[in-house]
Amino acid sequence: MAKEEQDKILDEVTQSDYKYGFSSDIDTDSIAKGLNEDVIRLISSKKNEPEFMLEFRLNAYRHWLTLKMPEWAHLDIPPIDYQEIIFYAAPVQKAKLESMDDVDPEIRATFDKLGIPLDEQKLLSNVAVDVVMDSSSVKTTFKEVLAEKGIIFCSFSDAVQDHPDLIQKYMGSVVSYRDNFFAALNSAVFSDGSFVYIPKGVRCPMELSTYFRINAENTGQFERTLIVCEDESYVSYLEGCTAPMRDENQLHAAIVEIIVKDNSEVKYSTVQNWYPGNKEGLGGIYNFVTKRGICEGVNSKLMWAQVETGSAVTWKYPSSILKGDGSSSEFYSVAVTNHHQQADTGTKMIHIGNNTKSTIISKGISAGKSNNSYRGLVKVVKNCEGARNFSQCDSLLLGDKCGAHTYPYLEVHNKSAKVEHEATTSKIGEDQIFYCNQRGISTEDAIGLIVNGYAKEVINKMPMEFAVEAQKLLAISLEGSVG
Amino acid sequence: MLSIKDLHASINGKEILKGVNLEIKPGEVHAIMGPNGAGKSTLAAVLAGRELFEVTKGEVIFEGKDLLDLAPEDRAREGIFLGFQYPIEIPGVSTVNFMKTAVNEHRKYKGLEPLKASDFLKLMRDKKALVEIDSKLTNRSVNEGFSGGEKKKNEIFQMAMLEPKLAILDETDSGLDIDALRVVANGVNKLKTPENSTIVITHYQRLLDYIVPDVVHVLFDGRIVKTAGKELALELEAKGYDWIKEELVK
Ligand SMILES: Nc1ncnc2c1ncn2[C@@H]1O[C@H](COP(=O)(O)OP(=O)(O)O)[C@@H](O)[C@H]1O
Ligand SMILES: [Mg+2]
Repeated sequence: MAKEEQDKILDEVTQSDYKYGFSSDIDTDSIAKGLNEDVIRLISSKKNEPEFMLEFRLNAYRHWLTLKMPEWAHLDIPPIDYQEIIFYAAPVQKAKLESMDDVDPEIRATFDKLGIPLDEQKLLSNVAVDVVMDSSSVKTTFKEVLAEKGIIFCSFSDAVQDHPDLIQKYMGSVVSYRDNFFAALNSAVFSDGSFVYIPKGVRCPMELSTYFRINAENTGQFERTLIVCEDESYVSYLEGCTAPMRDENQLHAAIVEIIVKDNSEVKYSTVQNWYPGNKEGLGGIYNFVTKRGICEGVNSKLMWAQVETGSAVTWKYPSSILKGDGSSSEFYSVAVTNHHQQADTGTKMIHIGNNTKSTIISKGISAGKSNNSYRGLVKVVKNCEGARNFSQCDSLLLGDKCGAHTYPYLEVHNKSAKVEHEATTSKIGEDQIFYCNQRGISTEDAIGLIVNGYAKEVINKMPMEFAVEAQKLLAISLEGSVG
Repeated sequence: MLSIKDLHASINGKEILKGVNLEIKPGEVHAIMGPNGAGKSTLAAVLAGRELFEVTKGEVIFEGKDLLDLAPEDRAREGIFLGFQYPIEIPGVSTVNFMKTAVNEHRKYKGLEPLKASDFLKLMRDKKALVEIDSKLTNRSVNEGFSGGEKKKNEIFQMAMLEPKLAILDETDSGLDIDALRVVANGVNKLKTPENSTIVITHYQRLLDYIVPDVVHVLFDGRIVKTAGKELALELEAKGYDWIKEELVK
């Protein structure tokens, strides 16, 4: 990245707290709070869904009722009252939108504030964007250009209407509603999300991106993303997330499913900046996400790159199932926690096909009174020959009231596997800060420099403009964390 | 330029500086010598604003300003440079990025625009040549994995980039072989102007063959106990510090 850009970022960084914390005054169509079968039927009928969808939702709901929230994560979460949450809220819009000019000006103003390229001119920057506000997809740009190549990029709801066969075939095929508590909940009540389909032999010519925004009060956001890459295809996808500052905790429980076929490649980048709560730990998003991809085809590739600075609580383990022979997956993560934030994140790499390869680079940064845990599983099944894994888990501590924990789990059932794990813990020292100060660099800027240096390996894996945003976020989220 | 009056400083309640007095005029080179543990590095750190040390008494005026009132980064921007006895490693931060941030912060303080990328790179090139430092070093992360001598060279390079009014070089000669010593001393000499001043903290007379001081001080147990011309350095070299101790007792 250009050095000027970095400097500019660091300049900007010196003023702000959570700068995405505004809320917009938009009419919303929401249903009464609480959860039961009628609520699920109502969501399904509001979305005019085919019968198989309602069935899927009800099955998931009935399964969810039999489950308890998981307790094994290194997290301290007060009980969540699911009857106090509104499970569906969508901005009210008149008719179906044909052009950008039809989008509600308030919504557009919101997205302008977020710096999301909704404007036509920004389309030149080669990013197609789907925007999900509260529960509903607001606008997908670039649809026509993509359609020429046979690429489908649309909201999940549109996909249910326009491509029910694809949805029925792939939805729940990687993350079953039986997978876990939050996967079951999401499957029951999810309201929207994004769908991507890349046909055989097509390289998607632009980054595809979804911005998720929680706006309405007391609502939960439950979205699903489904990406299917047919043989010999490629796509780079990014999701960004923000929310207003509110004193109550809000729930976000998402599912991401990715299917990668023969010789195809998917890059999935996340910049997660849900509201983390205030300095005293009041408010913030509870973020429970199940993300999983399957490298189904031979020599298929899946890369996860994520910068996570937001949320009061994060529970998230993007995972790859390496089924095709010669398939590979890489996981690059920076997770920042500050103040009272808690994060329990990591990845799972499941080696099934022969000569499969995985790389895990995890960088945790903890400040304030926060807790940051890495939890990673590398599993090699019995019949898998020649699997390789390299894992590196680094923790960086700012101050001595925060915690970093690393839990690597290895389950290797085949002797030919080569699995390596390295871990380091370091501190930003008072001596490093003073050295920077002595060269005329303020403490905030010094931390920005050091942290971005530490996270460079991960940030470099992200598409350029998201890398810029990620750098900004890192510096912003650590403001006021020393002294 | 710099006036230190009755400066006392302590760490964890233990007094290290016990009343230091020092006057430095523009263009002068002062050497501060003294045995290990005398408080030389402490004096340098206190002048640079390290908060680890508590100033309990005294005043320091730099260019008409109360230095002790300024944050460490502002002291740097006012023109105080400390060449560290043990330079710090900053993994992942490239020397180029580090220096660019530093130079532009200095410029901002003076109300100047940030340097254009091309101008900055030219400045880097010129200063690298001046202090004979290899691009192999400046392309790496700040001091990471540098040898002792390379770190010291890098300090002089940074000093050249920042053009301070007052440079405090803390044992810049230790750990250097004779060639490296010559290069470092040459760098310091080339950077000298009639306006800027230098404090050279050293153990050995050796460095003072190359950087010739106007005044030599002996710091002993937190006080400056002797001040004379450059011949004092030779005398210390020959006789050690014990005779000073004896003189003090008398
Ligand atoms: N961080 C520190 N904590 C405790 N004592 C210190 C610290 N730094 C220096 N000192 C003490 O201060 C005294 C002076 O040290 P220093 O200024 O480094 O001496 P010099 O540079 O002259 O060798 C020594 O007794 C040393 O042990
Ligand atoms: Mg010393």
